[in-house]
Amino acid sequence: MKTDKTIKVDYLARVEGEGALYVKIKNDKVTDCKLKIFEPPRFFEAFLRGRHYSEVPDITARICGICPIAYQMASSQAMESALGLEVDGQLRDLRRLIYCGEWIESHVLHTFMLHAPDFLGYQDAIQMASDYPDQVALGLKLKKLGNDLMTTIGGREIHPVNIRVGGFHRAPSETELEPLIERIEWGLDAAMGATEFLSGLKIPDFEVDYEYVALSHPDEYPICEGRLVSNRGLDIPIEEFETHFEEIHVKHSTSLQSRIKARSNYLVGPLARFNLEYEKLPKSAKDAAKIAGIEPGCNNPFKSILVRSVETVFALDEALRILKSYKKPDQSYVETKPSRSTGIGCTEAPRGICWHRYSIDDDGIVTEAKIVPPTSQNQSTIEEDLRQLIPTRLELSKDDLTWMCEQAVRNYDPCISCSCHFLKLHLDRE
Amino acid sequence: MSARHRTRIIGIGNQYRSDDSIGLRVAAELKSHSDNVDIIEYGGDGATLIDLWDGFDCIVIVDATRSGSVPGTVHRLDAIAEEVPSTFFNYSTHAFSVAEAIEVARRIKRLPKEMLLIGIEGTNFDPGLELSAPVERALQEVVVELLSYDRA
Repeated sequence: MKTDKTIKVDYLARVEGEGALYVKIKNDKVTDCKLKIFEPPRFFEAFLRGRHYSEVPDITARICGICPIAYQMASSQAMESALGLEVDGQLRDLRRLIYCGEWIESHVLHTFMLHAPDFLGYQDAIQMASDYPDQVALGLKLKKLGNDLMTTIGGREIHPVNIRVGGFHRAPSETELEPLIERIEWGLDAAMGATEFLSGLKIPDFEVDYEYVALSHPDEYPICEGRLVSNRGLDIPIEEFETHFEEIHVKHSTSLQSRIKARSNYLVGPLARFNLEYEKLPKSAKDAAKIAGIEPGCNNPFKSILVRSVETVFALDEALRILKSYKKPDQSYVETKPSRSTGIGCTEAPRGICWHRYSIDDDGIVTEAKIVPPTSQNQSTIEEDLRQLIPTRLELSKDDLTWMCEQAVRNYDPCISCSCHFLKLHLDRE
Repeated sequence: MSARHRTRIIGIGNQYRSDDSIGLRVAAELKSHSDNVDIIEYGGDGATLIDLWDGFDCIVIVDATRSGSVPGTVHRLDAIAEEVPSTFFNYSTHAFSVAEAIEVARRIKRLPKEMLLIGIEGTNFDPGLELSAPVERALQEVVVELLSYDRA
């Protein structure tokens, strides 16, 4: 007998923010699938106009409590591009270092507290903590390491205050950073152990033929800079983003949905970076990938939890490399006088590329702002995943199918919030 | 804070979401009235909260609630004596909520000796910088209460 069903989750838990999911199934086919999200970056774009360029990194940091660095870095980089400033040497390393802190805390939070419960059959991290207190405690300790890295460099971990256009208000001394080295060495071992634990999770079978998009740098696993590349031939400077990508308004969401003009939807984030830039991972992270049983060509979105664990190892390894060679720079920042111009910035937030464009006038006042966050770029790909996943799982009960849909949404660690508060899922089988 | 030497007050919220900023506003007011109280204004995820109460005997958390009560209602809960329902502070900015942080901490034995939760019922959570009138009134009530709590 053919299945008709409506899946509706009014409050989709364990995602950052507010949204709803509505899925309608008729005759075993998904006839409607809408991820409804409210996305505040648009509010910030209006809010930023009329502000001085130097305020922008601090204001955009408030878009998200989980990934403030992503917004600060992309906005700083855009302003530096507008002003013709170059941030290099130890200042560039410091930026990469604080960004590693954000990757660690964001990935560990999602992996242990938000996503692992799905694979273990728990409703939430509270249930998981009852049965796996040691793993949860380890996750919290690893996450704290990421937070402490951000606090030491950024001044405080939530909405760091030390970052500014051109560098930092104050660069930390070698002595301030030195105590982190031993803790990060511990963290590397712990993250390897965590990867081993996660490799034992039962991962649903499911593959999708994605177009992956990530930054690509000639020598480094991408964090702060690079060209935009894809597995279908895209290879452009970040300045050409708007020539190749477009944002479409859909009725059911206040977020714009992104697509590649020449083709269609695409995926950004850990799975894209891993598949496109695997060769640039350090040995430790490649070893972690082996432990996790994944390699490039990994097209199962449910395995993103393993990729996040591999990227956590990478971020710790990279942080250690930078810390060991760090010498306090003579100057904490570079600066110049503003003049009328436009600048573009793009960095790899934990969830994928975060693209910014700003125009400023001769007084340095922002006249236009555009922010394209990772979750809006993944939004239509999440819907497409569900369209492909549901027909392969029709034998599941409504409750189990709903759970699987939620789990599939959580594969993306969607940061819908950046200040909103509900994800509602509606599953409709007629 | 002499009598409760190891007390910390944590005000939670998002300053750009109207009534959701109430926890931050309470913390800022308290700071302006007393410079010897440990007060934190916090806008991040719940998991980090567990680190924020490490080393303290007594924690007070102030946040917005959206439970359907009359706007401005002040809810109080002793988190050591009873489990925190997931609906408490249900207007949370983050995936890992305050209630979840407290209940995970209970299970891994990382709760302080005392923990008081104060939830202030909000009504407007749209993007914006202003508090609604009933929440503005509750702000004064809670600040006065916590100033005397400070001296208790």
